[in-house]
Amino acid sequence: MVHIGGARMIEVGNILEEKIFYLDRAMLKAYADASGDQNPIHQNENFAVSVGLPNVIAHGMLTMALVGKFVTDWAGGSAAVKEFSGRFVKPVIVPADHKVDLTVSGVVTEIEGDRITVELKASSAGVKVLGMSKAVVVK
Amino acid sequence: MLNPDSVGRTFEGAESVKVSQSEIDAFCAVLSENDTTVAPPTFSIRITLDQSQEILSNPEIGLDWSRVVHGDQRFVIKRPIVAGDSFKCSSTIESYKVAAGNEIVTVRSDLHSDNQLVVSTWSTLVVRA
Repeated sequence: MVHIGGARMIEVGNILEEKIFYLDRAMLKAYADASGDQNPIHQNENFAVSVGLPNVIAHGMLTMALVGKFVTDWAGGSAAVKEFSGRFVKPVIVPADHKVDLTVSGVVTEIEGDRITVELKASSAGVKVLGMSKAVVVK
Repeated sequence: MLNPDSVGRTFEGAESVKVSQSEIDAFCAVLSENDTTVAPPTFSIRITLDQSQEILSNPEIGLDWSRVVHGDQRFVIKRPIVAGDSFKCSSTIESYKVAAGNEIVTVRSDLHSDNQLVVSTWSTLVVRA
């Protein structure tokens, strides 16, 4: 058991309440600029289709960054995260003029000293997009 | 195809990469993160993926970056990145295999600021057949 914020007790099996993020083309453009990843599959529909994708897709790392935000909101800030991993199993598809969901949830799976391991789930339009995702946080 | 001799090789970034507050601000803004005093946990990808692309696209290494998709990603963070950090990046091609015609490469990157290891990242990149 670990005390977070002096008030709540964290135990293995604790659920991190589901949160929904919304992605749109404007967010993809903002992430492209912020990350330096200007791959046209994340911005240009014609290009994305020409390389066999159904439409523009979100950067896998944008998906992961949002899952990271989910974790840091729970853990009390960006500085709490010591490890973070995930596998990009399916892309988040972002049609023009749409907002698509990224639905994130988590569960505490291990506590070792002050290190709390959280397993994370992320899906979009009902399809799992991030697999084997885990974070280790310290408070 | 990747030159198999490159597995295990480490490449040192030629120049230091300095992190500015405006870069952290922009990254936080996308995530609606209000605390910009430290960088979000995945911020280092901004530095390491560029470095990996530069190394792996080198004709001597031979990876076709235009066909690369990101397979998985891992971060081990010793301390959060802050504005003013100046990083030396070293990247090692840790593993390489071919499965069903796809090439799968794992690159580890270590970011040092003031000779202290701040973040290690592992990026698995898949070159689609």
